[in-house]
Amino acid sequence: MAKIIGGITSSHIPAVGNAISNNLTQDPYWKRFFDGYGPAKEWLEKAKPDLIIVVYNDHGLNFFLDKVPTFALGCADMYENADEGWGLKPTAPFKGNAPLSWHIAESLIEQEFDICTCQEMKVDHGFVNPIRALYGDHEVWPVPAIPLAVNTVQHPVPTAARCLKLGRALGKALESYPEDLRVVIFGTGGMSHQLQGERAGIIDVEFDLECMDKIATDPEWITQFSNAEIMRRAGTEGIETIMWLVMRGALADDAKVIHKHYHAPISNTGAGVLVLENPDAM
Amino acid sequence: MNWKKHDYDDIPGTYVFDGERAHPSYALNKLLFSFNEDDNRKEFDQDPAAYCDKFNVTGKYKQAVLENDFLGMLRMGANIYFMAKMAVPRGTSVQDAGAAFQGITTAEFQQNLLDKGIGLEEKLKNRGDYWNG
Repeated sequence: MAKIIGGITSSHIPAVGNAISNNLTQDPYWKRFFDGYGPAKEWLEKAKPDLIIVVYNDHGLNFFLDKVPTFALGCADMYENADEGWGLKPTAPFKGNAPLSWHIAESLIEQEFDICTCQEMKVDHGFVNPIRALYGDHEVWPVPAIPLAVNTVQHPVPTAARCLKLGRALGKALESYPEDLRVVIFGTGGMSHQLQGERAGIIDVEFDLECMDKIATDPEWITQFSNAEIMRRAGTEGIETIMWLVMRGALADDAKVIHKHYHAPISNTGAGVLVLENPDAM
Repeated sequence: MNWKKHDYDDIPGTYVFDGERAHPSYALNKLLFSFNEDDNRKEFDQDPAAYCDKFNVTGKYKQAVLENDFLGMLRMGANIYFMAKMAVPRGTSVQDAGAAFQGITTAEFQQNLLDKGIGLEEKLKNRGDYWNG
């Protein structure tokens, strides 16, 4: 039986990847942000997942606006990173686990989450940067990974409540997989930020901290907010934080808080690292 | 035929990328998306006007592309992530665009961001359960 060990949240902004590529992680601007990943990395080393599932949004690498799936699951053996228009060198490809992906797809659809299955899926900075921040760079990645993309780019985007329910369905899907497998789920993106309009540059530290506290211990709290209300507080791109709910929903209600790290600003955003561990998982 | 109103329409200084914005700017966003491919970037650089014609980007949209008017593109409905594919390699960062929206310099925009972090470590200490170095 596949077992969910826990979950980790991480920002996925391009600047994080650039800081890693340019060896700036101990630069004064970046030091506190990256140092706060230390306990998360230590926990990952102990947790030793056999596979990670990365919940993220595509920013126009794999999906153009001609087809925008609300939820899309990678169902391939391999996922490649590619040029997003900036001419950066792509990372090494990521090994997947197609039989598990198809099991998850089947289970989700049985549970009335009609997810889009993708046999080819390029993964962009949203997927890659949390892995780089938590594992460092590798020519061969130390862990297989499955991408689960949520549309947070073109509205209508799913509600926080829907993301939490998807997480619960994902948890059931994994629990019903016959093979023994230790899984960690990454919820990425956020926190408060807005890139466009005269309101660009907003960060709401209080709202971010409340989101971190509540997502850890009482995730239903966030479902009281509509997407309009979340964007009003956290900015248009701050809506990405709903993806953390997919991770949270897959974990036990009484998952233990191992680590909480918040930093702002980093580039245009507030950034939160939350490490949650399922009971009896270690 | 009218576009539906939304609760987010009155958020000040904010243009939520929904159907109403994505529909008229579809050709422009398609052109911007094409810049994922290096060959396309080169083809554009050789003859920007012809490249716009190929993507059926016309009128004010074409003018904005030819003039590298990234702010204009955003105002006309370019998606910020797609716009960044063209702007960033041409030396306009997302922060430059944000500053331009407000009519301030990028340095001022960055300073406003840094100001958001003032007192953060103290705040986290008071909350107690956050990592603090």
